[in-house]
Amino acid sequence: MLQGPVIILSAFAYLGVLFAIAYYADQRADAGRPVIANAYVYSLSLAVYATAWTFYGSVGRAASDGVGFLPIYIGPTLMIALWWVVMRKILRISKQNRITSLADFIASRYGKSALLGGIVTVIAVIGIVPYISLQLKAVSASYLILVQYPDIVMPQTLGETPMRQDTALWVALILAAFTIAFGTRHLDAAEHHQGMVAAIAFESLVKLLAFLAVGIFVTFGLYHGFGDLFTRAAADPRLRAMMTPLEGVAGGYASWVWLTILSMMAIMFLPRQFQVTVIENLDEKHLNKAIWLFPLYMLAINVFVLPIAFGGRLHFPEGGVDADTFVLTLPMVEKQEALALLVFIGGLSAATGMVIVETIALSTMVCNDLVMPVLLRMRSLALNERPDLTGLLLGIRRGAIVLILLLGYLYFKLAGEAYALVSIGLISFAAVAQFAPVVLGGIFWKGGTRRGALCGLVAGFVVWFYTLLLPALARSGWLPIGFLEQGPFGIALLKPLALFGLAGLDQITHAMLWSMLANIGAYVGVSLAATPSVDEHRQASLFVDVFRQGGEASGARFWRGTASVPELHSLLARFLGAAAADEAFTEYALGKGLRWKGDPLEADAELVHYVEVKLAGAIGAASARVMVAAVVKEEALSIEEVRTILDEASQVVVYSHRLEQKSRELEAATAELRAANERLTELDRLKDDFVSTVTHELRTPLTSIRAFTQILLEHPEVDAEQRSKFLGIITKETERLTRLINQVLDLSKIESGKAEWRESVLDLRELIGDAVTGMSQVFEERNIKVDVEVPAKVAPVRADVDRIIQVMLNLLSNAAKFCEPGRGRVRVALRDDGGALRVEVRDNGPGIDPSDQGVIFDKFRQVGDTLTGKPHGSGLGLHISRQIVEHFGGRMWVESRVGEGACFAFTLPHG
Amino acid sequence: MNDTKEPRFVALCMLGLVLFNFPVLALFNAGGTVLGVPVLYAYIFAAWALLIALMALVAER
Repeated sequence: MLQGPVIILSAFAYLGVLFAIAYYADQRADAGRPVIANAYVYSLSLAVYATAWTFYGSVGRAASDGVGFLPIYIGPTLMIALWWVVMRKILRISKQNRITSLADFIASRYGKSALLGGIVTVIAVIGIVPYISLQLKAVSASYLILVQYPDIVMPQTLGETPMRQDTALWVALILAAFTIAFGTRHLDAAEHHQGMVAAIAFESLVKLLAFLAVGIFVTFGLYHGFGDLFTRAAADPRLRAMMTPLEGVAGGYASWVWLTILSMMAIMFLPRQFQVTVIENLDEKHLNKAIWLFPLYMLAINVFVLPIAFGGRLHFPEGGVDADTFVLTLPMVEKQEALALLVFIGGLSAATGMVIVETIALSTMVCNDLVMPVLLRMRSLALNERPDLTGLLLGIRRGAIVLILLLGYLYFKLAGEAYALVSIGLISFAAVAQFAPVVLGGIFWKGGTRRGALCGLVAGFVVWFYTLLLPALARSGWLPIGFLEQGPFGIALLKPLALFGLAGLDQITHAMLWSMLANIGAYVGVSLAATPSVDEHRQASLFVDVFRQGGEASGARFWRGTASVPELHSLLARFLGAAAADEAFTEYALGKGLRWKGDPLEADAELVHYVEVKLAGAIGAASARVMVAAVVKEEALSIEEVRTILDEASQVVVYSHRLEQKSRELEAATAELRAANERLTELDRLKDDFVSTVTHELRTPLTSIRAFTQILLEHPEVDAEQRSKFLGIITKETERLTRLINQVLDLSKIESGKAEWRESVLDLRELIGDAVTGMSQVFEERNIKVDVEVPAKVAPVRADVDRIIQVMLNLLSNAAKFCEPGRGRVRVALRDDGGALRVEVRDNGPGIDPSDQGVIFDKFRQVGDTLTGKPHGSGLGLHISRQIVEHFGGRMWVESRVGEGACFAFTLPHG
Repeated sequence: MNDTKEPRFVALCMLGLVLFNFPVLALFNAGGTVLGVPVLYAYIFAAWALLIALMALVAER
């Protein structure tokens, strides 16, 4: 069943499905209903990290040193834990500056330097070529093995057959055609390839399922689960050491740690990872889910690596089968044709996913940061005058894709056979790790300069080239092997694998150590030595302070000059096409509340910046800068001016923080004022009430006095009896008036704190006796019985005798007032509560309604007899009494139920 | 919100660096098995899964 045509047909059918998915996703995106705008697709697309290297190579590495492949997936997990800090910032920066690739990002950060962008592109292309060759090797090898079915024959043993060479070339060409169809169908200003992302997410599912299928087949089909498999492996003397493999790993823990660090960098700076994570990201929020879903994916695809590796070693004990092919050869040797085909498709999906995204990312870089800046500078081409450059841009990208894949094929021919898959991949990892210092430094450290970045990158790259790439070529026989063993020109200190005599480390650890030292050292050293230019200064603060800047328009602050709207429009039209340019200008005009082509637009700094950012989306920041500079007359800002602008910006931030603080304080103060005002209004109302009540109270007796005096004055004939009765009333009313005025004066003294208090030690028993005696006349008149209960001895209290007498008299007269004459009973009691003395005055009058009990101590509150409309007294007595008791640290209250009399009580603390 | 997430993620990264490094790894690089699986392999996958679970917890808060 597994003949060549079947395999090839399956492969093309699979690619056809991919294309259909991509086409559908693109249609949906154009219709404004994107399928990829969710966190799950985003997370799956990140899994483009797992390539043919993961699919075939992990098992290969696991078969030789156990856990050595794991740092390549654990490292990214650790890095992703930091994504919330690092990647969120990169995402924000990239969105604000319309970053189109990693090279664009770095060039943009360091003053939109075209040179830097070019160097980054060169490093990326050279660094990634081995990685692409790895994919070609894996696909062609898996095809060659599968096509030999049912025999298991390694491709190496086939010799240099034309078929073997051709397979890899054909794979390269087919993938190139496929990528061109995918990635360069049209030019998108934002460099989004939604169709591609949808296809990649699908590929991630396919490769995961294929790998899990093999894993389950080996673990549960060939053996009875994990335990059985590992037990059998442990019983094999050749495999026993791999149960505790870490001592055995070359370089031991150092190698493990460096691999972890290397992978941490790779997950950020591999061009394809940057492409799917940053450029294709539609929503920053998708990061939330991707942060744990993507590591989970890596965990899942690695669970069965060790079982397959051990299964392979147990199944092919005599060797002769490359461990890199166990995933495929195990199903084949067990005659599982369908599974073997599924594995082949899974490997194909892993390889195509990587190649598509990687070459699209690289071709964007080559076009925007390498070719276009050069072409635009060549005046003889007069590109500035061409009306439409979109065709040229697409052409360059397509050419770049073919070129990159052919370079991959070339590397495969030159050096591909000398290394296992993992080693080839690691060479590429080490290359992209060189971007880490300039990017991470660039977003957190304003001091990094263009020259520092240039020197760091070049130094790191040269060391990488010398310690990793040249040895790879030398081993394949393209350089004399003496170059490795004796050093160039016989200088032992310069041996590429033991630079300056540093021996004993594995190749990757050794290369990383030296290249990072050179890279970081040059970057930091040169940055500190040189002063940054205006552009660098501006870009540094735009990047580092991205969360403090106010959106896209903030870049416009740094521009001053003159331009014309038609020129800007035609510039945009040349690179994006007329329709896209119209759309962009309409959008801009709408944002200003104007109509494009209807209202006059002003070619101010904001519009120029807008055009430049739009343009950067198509041709990269550095080229966009050159193009915009060509059509506008720009006045250079001096570094002082930029500093001033930046300082102003940071001042504004500081001011606005202060302002917020002040306004918060102000709000608090306002709240306090409002409360105070309410209190004052209440007091004012109380005062008004007080005045009107007092006036009312004064007028009642005055009216009756006046009435009776008038009668006496106008009617001298009134008889003596009548006269004396009238005079009695007048005297009584006058007394009432006097009492009232005295009480008001008393109250105002107490409330204003001007009252005189004469404190002395007093015996409450005596005081109560005096008070009751003083009132006995009144009680007798009304025929009210008074009982006094006092203990034989009580503790003394400190208080003002006269005042407490006043309180007692007030309570007793109230009791007398409310008791029914003849049947009234008043009981006065004194008790020691422990800590305070308590005095109770209980009557058997009508009682006080519960709702009134709370207010009778207020000023001018008179209750109990209001029904008759005849107030007894001023309504101040209880209020004053309570004030007096409280002055001496006591309490006064009333207990009563309607119809059962009232009990007024107060306490005074022991003196 | 960011203020609490940032230090938590940094702490998780630190935790991972400790879990997957010398000397903790060396502690588990000994003979013996857990349910038939060599201790080191069992440890690495368990610790990895734990780390991912914690990241999910922090991220989805």
